Formats: sequence, structure tokens, C-alpha cells
Amino acid sequence: MGENLFTGIAAWLSALLNAAGVPLIANDIILMVVKFVAILVFILVNVLWLVYMERKVSAYIQCRIGPNRVGPKGLLQTVADIGKLLSKEIIIPRLSDKIVFLLAPVLIFVPPLMIMVVVPWGRDMAAVNMNIGVFYFLALASLSTLIFWMGGWSSYNKYSLVGAMRVVAQMVSYELPLVLALLGVIMLTGTLNMNTIIEAQRHTWFIFAQPLAFLIYFIAGVSETNRTPFDLVEGESEIIAGPYTEYSGMGYAMFMLAEYANVMLVSIMCTVMFLGGWLAPFGWTFIPSWFWFFIKVYVMIFIFMWIRWTYPRIRVDQLMGFGWKVLVPLSLANIFVTGVGMYIYRAIGW
Amino acid sequence: MASYDLPVEMLEPLKEKFPGVEVSGTGVLLVPAADLPAVAQELRDNPDYGFNMLTNLTAVDYNDHFIAVYNLVSLTHGHNLMLKVKLADRTAPAVPSLCPVWHAADWQEREAYDLLGINYTGCPGHPTRILLDDCFEGHPLRKDYQWEGGRE
Amino acid sequence: MKTQTYSLNMGPQHPSTHGVFRIVLELDGEVVVKATPVPGYLHRGIEKLAEARTYTQVIPYTDRMDYLASMLMNWGYVAAVEKLMGIEEEIPERAQYIRVITGELSRIASHMIATGDYAGNIGGLTGFTYTFRDRERIMDMFEMVCGSRMTVSYFRIGGVAADLPDEFFPACRQFISDLPSMCDEYDGLITGNEIFQARTKHVGIITPEDGINYGITGPSLRGSGIAYDLRKVRPYSVYDRFDFEVPLGERGDCFDRFSCRIKEMRQSARIIGQALDNLPDGPILAKVPKVIKPPAGDAYAEIESSKGVLGCYVVSDGSPKPYRVHFRRPSFINLGMLGKMCEGWKIADVIAILGSIDIVLGEVDC
Repeated sequence: MGENLFTGIAAWLSALLNAAGVPLIANDIILMVVKFVAILVFILVNVLWLVYMERKVSAYIQCRIGPNRVGPKGLLQTVADIGKLLSKEIIIPRLSDKIVFLLAPVLIFVPPLMIMVVVPWGRDMAAVNMNIGVFYFLALASLSTLIFWMGGWSSYNKYSLVGAMRVVAQMVSYELPLVLALLGVIMLTGTLNMNTIIEAQRHTWFIFAQPLAFLIYFIAGVSETNRTPFDLVEGESEIIAGPYTEYSGMGYAMFMLAEYANVMLVSIMCTVMFLGGWLAPFGWTFIPSWFWFFIKVYVMIFIFMWIRWTYPRIRVDQLMGFGWKVLVPLSLANIFVTGVGMYIYRAIGW
Repeated sequence: MASYDLPVEMLEPLKEKFPGVEVSGTGVLLVPAADLPAVAQELRDNPDYGFNMLTNLTAVDYNDHFIAVYNLVSLTHGHNLMLKVKLADRTAPAVPSLCPVWHAADWQEREAYDLLGINYTGCPGHPTRILLDDCFEGHPLRKDYQWEGGRE
Repeated sequence: MKTQTYSLNMGPQHPSTHGVFRIVLELDGEVVVKATPVPGYLHRGIEKLAEARTYTQVIPYTDRMDYLASMLMNWGYVAAVEKLMGIEEEIPERAQYIRVITGELSRIASHMIATGDYAGNIGGLTGFTYTFRDRERIMDMFEMVCGSRMTVSYFRIGGVAADLPDEFFPACRQFISDLPSMCDEYDGLITGNEIFQARTKHVGIITPEDGINYGITGPSLRGSGIAYDLRKVRPYSVYDRFDFEVPLGERGDCFDRFSCRIKEMRQSARIIGQALDNLPDGPILAKVPKVIKPPAGDAYAEIESSKGVLGCYVVSDGSPKPYRVHFRRPSFINLGMLGKMCEGWKIADVIAILGSIDIVLGEVDC
């Protein structure tokens, strides 16, 4: 019943527009806009929820209670915070590069939202079923680096500059193991289409076929989202808030919320590539596919939070050393082993 | 309670070497300002004394003169010794710095300069204020220091 | 390629300088070329204020020095005045034991903050809340003892202000029996963490020679393997009656200084246990006059505070007010080596090194 809820709505809307005599091309455009807006709203609501969830999870990890005053169980805390931040003055440093400084928080949400378009949320539930979906993800995900750099560079603050330097160094060097780890999966499936990759995991999730790739992807993913133990970018005990040091009010909030959008993105990619996407495990198809997808994403997000509130932060040279000396060689080795394995696999002729 | 002050008789060789040095009470040594670095060096390097740590450094304003106070500790023997240097010149009190002997003197000399205005000649960070504002006038721990003003 | 260094002003408003402390860093990229510590932002002139107060009235000011171990700050001052008055031998036994119990509790509280705060400095905020949760129990005990949690002003010249209340004993016994498991928890959460060790081991080494030469004391010196603990080498009060060990480090790096503190907490619990078992009955205050007028002269006394050796130099001119009071604050002197220690390390290490020498700005700036 629930399985076709969203696809059903789309089909119904399409039929309705058809019946009203809307030309086919306009029909498609309207449908696409509706899908995009639905994803946009979904992501933003999720981000608000994730801020609350992070605070609650961290509170329970730290033997605290966490927000519990605003709304039932403190659920409206983030809404209240956003309301407060919206009403605050945005302070622009006198010597900053004003255009770039103001553009950075505006643009920061663009890459994650653009990527969400190709995500298969459930069976036949990708807004755009792109056959180079994984490539599209990788291409856009690295764009965030530029926006962080914009914010840090334009602030005219040394802490921001150090933070921005760290962003570029960290994201560029962890992009590599991230891509190479995904390459193992792509070799197995021979496609960049996310739906096909999910379908290929019908029998075995790739977390079992490619455990090393999963681990590398996960570590690099934590680093890509700048979260502990790789949160050097905003390492608050060292460089205050890194590139966001000079931002105030909603400008700062945008960076913070984008972090959660990025966490969600990395978790979604992890689910798609390694955890079987919307496929139901154990044949439990009584739970709709989109809900399975949702569960898996949230399990990954919880693990992210768990790690964040357990580990301390590593140092910048250790970070680089780990990236280049451990993760990159390991991911290359993984590709090699995968290749050899596939060759043997075929030679045996199973 | 056991006393850990350096026994007076152990200071005899030091008194022979530096005639200006006086023993006043147990564990207190009066040293002329000019002899201070040499005495300090001797106290540190002579294995009989082995005062390897300068634990405390301060000064007191006695209206007509200053007394610079140094507390030494020997970690090897567990002895204590207090050095006192009388600075008779009230307008420009000066005493040689002990930084070359014990690095611990550096910050404490700066503090004593800051609060009492004693000039530790040869102190590397000298004369810079350490606790008070750089544009502060006067030295507040001097007895004649008067602060004009108050709560508005 | 032409490169140049730049200066970064860390503090006085910075999340992890333990208060209002400033370090001017000369940086080459992320590497520190030169570090200049600038203290003084919390200077309140306690030494000057003390000159206008009576001897007893100075005690609350000492609370405000190292406000994380205020019992020990009280003790340092009171010990010097007692030495000046020559009544060291007349302090009642019970008062001595109460001083040891509350002083060691204060040491544990201070070390707990140092431990948790250090975890926070390294980036793991969770350790912070765990130590604060446990420190809360010490604060509750102090509240029972003297009605105040942080600024206790509990010691008096000649003894202590009030006897221990009945409800203190079960709470204290429960606490010291729980303490080993608390320390195990910190060890599991912070000390044993791979990343934490990678960040702290071999960082900011204090060699034994340098440590002594710079006058560094307390866990910071003991981390370098020098057994200089006044409670052992020159026992004051009744410390010679207790059986405890002085934990030592080996390399003198940040990790050793940190782990020394956790080990010291366990030893302090041992001392408290023995003191509670042997707590004698009797008065808690020596027979001191209402108006304390020490004879003219001076005295210097030292005790082992949580950060190092707290010395107090008191000069009397025979009047009811001290002529001059000087505190040898361990945080201040330990900080003197910071500039040398930071050179050649990265920005993140500056925070790790600063945290490992465990300063309290109230004490540094006095």
C-alpha cells in the first residue's frame, strides 16, 4: 500500500494534468518542479530535525538531557533557534570582500540540493534517473570546497584563512580515496546509474562484497563532511570556527545547516552504494522501499553522530598522512584486488 | 614539624668565598646586590648546595629601601634557602637579573618589575610589564603608590 | 617561492585558552615559529588588596586565585601566616586531618577539570561532561562543609571554620570508593583513545633539566619523571602519616602530564580514605587571638597545590594587616616555559601543550 504512495501521487498528478489538456512538455515541467520542491522541503525539514537529533544524541552520550523546553520534548528548539538567528544582524567585516562574503552562505546549499535530485529515494523514485548519477554526485560534492574557501578567504580574518586552507587541503586529499573506494563498486556493477547499482545488490549488499571500500568510503566521508575526528576545518578549540568565524546570524546558520545536509548526502550515498539502497533485507517487503531507504540513511547518520561525540580531533599533519599514506594506497589495493577477483571469477565461469 | 632549611654551618664556605654575605637566621642569607649572580651561580653549581630550582622571587617595599627575596630549593638535598638583597636606592632600585642562572627568574622578575618597579638588569624580557597594561603608570605594590580616582 | 610568516593573535577571547589569556603566535603556515604568551587580563591586584585587609579577611581573596582548587589556595596562605605566628605545632590534630581531607578533595576536583578540559581541548567534548558530572559530587560535599561550592573560604588561621557535618562522611566514603571506577571510565574514554594518544604523545616535551630550571612544579614536572611532590619530599601538616605514591611520567610529554593527574586522583582517594579512618576527635581551631597580629618579620611557606607548589610569602609589621603578601602561583611559573615549548609545533599542538600544563587564569594573573 505504502510502496506506491509517492509514485502514485506523481502518476495521479500527471494524469490530472493530462486530463486538463496541458501539453505534454508543460506537464513534464510541472511534474519536475513539483518533485524538486518536494525534495527541497524534505531536505530542509530533515536538516532541522538532524540538528535536533544531533543535540539529543550528543546529550545522551554525554549524560545530559538535551533540549527539552521548546515544544514537546524540545522538538521546536531548532525552529526557535533559526527564528532567533534570522532576527540577528549579519555583521560584515569592514575589510572583507563583501560580495564573496555574502555569496558563500547563499551558495553553500546548492551542491547538496542539486545532488539530491538524482537520489533514488525508493523504487522508481529518483526525480531524475541519470545514468551517470555517481559521477554527477562526485562532481558536485567537490564543489563545496570552493564555497568554504570563498567564505574563509573573503572574511579577512586569519582564523578564517587557516580554516579555509585546511578545507581545501583536507577535502582535496580525501576526495581521492572517496572516489577510488567507489570505483570498486562501479567495477563490480559496470554502471554509474544509481538505480542499477542498487538493483545489482539484490543478492549481496556491497558492504559484504567490498568491505574495505566501505570502510574507506566511510572514513573519507566523515572527512568530507568535516566532522570529528576530522573536523579540523572548524576545530573550535584551535581556530574558533574556521571559515565561519566572521559569520553571524543566518549566514552562520546556513553553514551549520549545510553541514547536516552534507552528512545526509554522504549517508545517502553510503546507502546507495553499499547498503542496498531501497532494497528490503530478509525479504521484508511489507515495509515500503522508500522507508527502508530512510531507515538505512538514518542508521548511517546515527553512526556519524556517535563517532563525532566519541572521538577527539586529529592534527592536520596526521590527517594528511592518514589520507595519503593509508587511505589512498589501500583504496588502490582494493581496486587491484577487485579487478583480479573479477577476472578469476569470470575465468572460473560461475 | 621538621625544618628543611639549609643548616647554618653549611654556609661557612660560602661566607669565606663571598665576605659580603651575611647569615641572618636559619635559612636566610643576606647578599649584597653586586655579589648576587656569583653567589647564585655558586649555590646552584656547588654540589654541596645544589640549589637547582628558584622557586619564588619577589620583593618588598620597606618605605626607605627595597628587599628582593629569592627562595631556592635543592631537589637533590631537599634543602631550602632564602636569599635577601637589600636595595637602598629607592628612586631607581636595581639588582642583577638571575635569568642566566635560573630561567624561572624570567617571568617572576618581570612581575616584580611590574608591581614594584625594581630594575632587574639583564633580564631578557625587561623592562616590560607582564600583568598590568603596557600604558599603566606607576608600580602599585610600592607603599607610596596612590591611585587617583575611584568608582564613579 | 617566497614565503613569509604571519602573526596570529590567539586570545584573549578564545575558546580554549582557559580564560582570558593571549598568545601571540608567529606562524609559518601552521607551524609555530615563535610564541609569546601575554598574561594579565585577569589581574585583580590580590596582593595589593591583601595589604588593606586583616589577616583573616585575606582568605576569601585566595579562593579567587585558583578557583578550581580553592581549599588548597586557602591552605597555602594560612600555612604561611601560621608559620609567621609560630603556631604550626598548635594546630589541632582534627583540623589537620580535615584540612587533608578537604584539600585532597579539592585536588581531585581540580584534576577532574584538568582531565575533562584537556579532552575538550583535544576535540573530544564528551570527556568534559563526564568529569564535570563527577566533580559535582565534590562540590556538593563542599557545600555541606562550608555552604559554598567554589569559593569555600573554609580554612582559618589556626584550623578550619567549621567541623565536618555528619552527612559529609557517608557522601565522602561513597565518593572515594567510586573514584577508582570513575578514573577507569576516564581512562577508557580519554586516555585509551588512539587519536588522543597520537595527539599527545611525544608532544611538548619538558626535559627534567628544563623543568627544574624553569621552576616548573606539580604534575607538569612529575610527568618528566622527577618525584618532586612536597607531600612526600618535605611533608607538611600530617602528610607524613599517610601511605601514598607519587605517580611519575617517563617522557615528559603532554600525555604523561595528563595521565599523572588521573593517577594522582587515585592516590588522593587513598589519602582521604586513610584520613577518614584515623580522624581524631578534638577541637578544630587552635587558640588564636581574635585579632591576629603576628610579630614583625616574614615567613615563606609552601604547599603542594593541584597545579604545583603554591608558595606564600607574608611580611608582618606587627599590625593587624599584612604588610606584604606574595603568592608564588604555580600556574604562573609553569606558564613561563610555554613559549619555549610551543616552538616548532602546530597550532593544534599549542592548545594541547597549553592544556597539558593546566593553568587557571585566576591564579596566573592573581
